Amino acid sequence: MAEVATRQRHHGVNARRRRRLDVWRRVVFVVLGLFFLTPLYAMAEFTTRGNGENAPRTLDAWRQIVEYPELTGAILTSLELAAITSVVMLLLLVPTMIWVRLRLPRMRRVVEYICLLPLTIPALVLVVGLAPIYLWVTYFFGDSPLTLAFAYVVLVLPYAYRAIDSGLEAIDVPTMSEAARSLGAGWPTVMWRVVVPNIRPAILNASLLSVALVMGEFTIAQLLNYQNLQVAINLLGRANAGVSIAVALASLLLAFALLLVLSFVGGGRGARSAVEKG
Amino acid sequence: MRLENLRRTYGSVTALDGLDLHLEPGELVALLGPSGCGKTTALRLLAGLEDADDGRVVVGGKDLTRLSANRRNMGMVFQAYSLFPHLTARQNVAFGLRLRGVPSAERRTRAGEMLELVGLSTQADRYAHQMSGGQQQRVALARALAIRPQVLLLDEPLSALDAQVRTQLRDEIRRVQLEVGTTTLFVTHDQEEALAIADRVGVMRAGRLEQLGLPGEVYARPQTPFVAEFVGLSNKLEAEVRDGHAVVLGVPLPLVDPSVPAGPALALVRPEAFSLAGHSAAEAGPLDGTVISTTFLGAVSRVRVDLGGGVMVLAQLSTGEAGDYPAGTRVRLALRRDPVLVSRSVGGAAE
Ligand SMILES: Nc1ncnc2c1ncn2[C@@H]1O[C@H](COP(=O)(O)OP(=O)(O)OP(=O)(O)O)[C@@H](O)[C@H]1O
Ligand SMILES: [Mg+2]
Repeated sequence: MAEVATRQRHHGVNARRRRRLDVWRRVVFVVLGLFFLTPLYAMAEFTTRGNGENAPRTLDAWRQIVEYPELTGAILTSLELAAITSVVMLLLLVPTMIWVRLRLPRMRRVVEYICLLPLTIPALVLVVGLAPIYLWVTYFFGDSPLTLAFAYVVLVLPYAYRAIDSGLEAIDVPTMSEAARSLGAGWPTVMWRVVVPNIRPAILNASLLSVALVMGEFTIAQLLNYQNLQVAINLLGRANAGVSIAVALASLLLAFALLLVLSFVGGGRGARSAVEKG
Repeated sequence: MRLENLRRTYGSVTALDGLDLHLEPGELVALLGPSGCGKTTALRLLAGLEDADDGRVVVGGKDLTRLSANRRNMGMVFQAYSLFPHLTARQNVAFGLRLRGVPSAERRTRAGEMLELVGLSTQADRYAHQMSGGQQQRVALARALAIRPQVLLLDEPLSALDAQVRTQLRDEIRRVQLEVGTTTLFVTHDQEEALAIADRVGVMRAGRLEQLGLPGEVYARPQTPFVAEFVGLSNKLEAEVRDGHAVVLGVPLPLVDPSVPAGPALALVRPEAFSLAGHSAAEAGPLDGTVISTTFLGAVSRVRVDLGGGVMVLAQLSTGEAGDYPAGTRVRLALRRDPVLVSRSVGGAAE
């Protein structure tokens, strides 16, 4: 009897605690949601304002986006930059990090230090250092804004490093690679057929971070005199505040959609690869 | 397969100190030894996952010492779970075949056969995280055997599993090994495991092989005190060596190694050398004592007996007999006159 009563009481306490947690969760969600959504709402409100006191809502600002050819160009540039940066970053980082983990564990600290270095250098300082280098870059590669990718790879290095590192941390790389080697796999096979498939979520995260970072980058592009999305928005803002805010909001939504699509591509992997290889 | 004088040091630690080992084709040899004695190192040198400082690895007359791991054609099962998480059980097993360019249909058939061999044909499409530890190690075994290795290397494949699964899988490994007939080196620190399934058992200590022999031999006739202590339980009792005998608890016992110098020593006596003495005066065992505790192990029981004077012994009795003497009762023991191994002499330790 007594025991049953105690158990019920316990049960009650647990249920109450769970309910309280639930409430908390909702409160936090709503507060944070408001915090993030309010500026977005304000932006949307501002871009649809008509001219004059009581003018009706209009989508003119949004319509004008397409009328600025520079803007479409800048969006494309930023997208291309994001893609190039991600690819170069992955090609650079993934093999290096796996190799260091497998064969040169003592070098890990050094590599980590180098990769995290850009985090400690303000973008302004980075540009001062980059400017003379870009003289050479433009000499060899021409004066395309896509050369910004060089700077951006450096910029995203710390974030990408962290993401990939946590992925490698989560699996037993040495044992798996030894198992693969004893089955007859050479080092390239170990890397691409064994380790990489198992850190795909981490690789995806690294790419997402890179894309987000590149889409939002302003300082370096501005100072090196290239036009990317943010620079274009800034220019536009001076001429037409409504349009520039509309573009900013659009690019935010675009980036959000992009990240969503990418993470879905990653999420559906398990089921698909099973079918592919089965 | 031969290992010749293998040596390997890590900094100041000598992991392997001249290991020699010879395996007959189709044989299962268990390497037994305490933690850190170099068992894993020996396997890794064999597999090519680590380079030897000195010595040779010869398999089927070919010197493999300088060959890299992926060319050695050795199957290995690891202590840690090592299945590739992104592949199903079947794909894991087929992995090695795929690297060898075996056509897809044949790969599938063969992977299916191997999974059937380890009793997992129904789990073929599961991923590692959907299987129990024991199942994962079975798949790992199937994966290692699928490439038809020249030698199968098992590094404590059972140590992460619980007791019941362990014995079951242990016997399973032996069954599979007998079925495919692959020469196998099985590393473990569990003497029971080693004695149960091996053709021969090698006891290692500090990077060297102390004794290599049939399981029964290693157990019954240990050549060194270390082996005697490590394999099976032993009572360490004070003894007096004289006239080619060791006098233990007043009973003269023959010596395994008659060249031991006379004087005080420690004798290693197996629990099963003790038995109940009858109550008749004629058979009167010289050992009267009080039962302290009893451990039931099924058909036999281990009884700890206080013989007075600070001497405690562990005796192995049949459970029926042991049941007659609950803790606290008096019991008389007799000591069988098996040859005994004498550990360091007491005098020697004092110098
Ligand atoms: N990579 C390494 N670096 C430094 N020392 C090592 C390394 N690998 C092994 N050792 C040392 O070599 C010795 C033998 O190690 P090994 O792993 O072969 O032992 P083991 O017999 O397999 O032990 P266990 O039963 O615990 O697995 C140990 O003293 C260990 O500390
Ligand atoms: Mg080990």
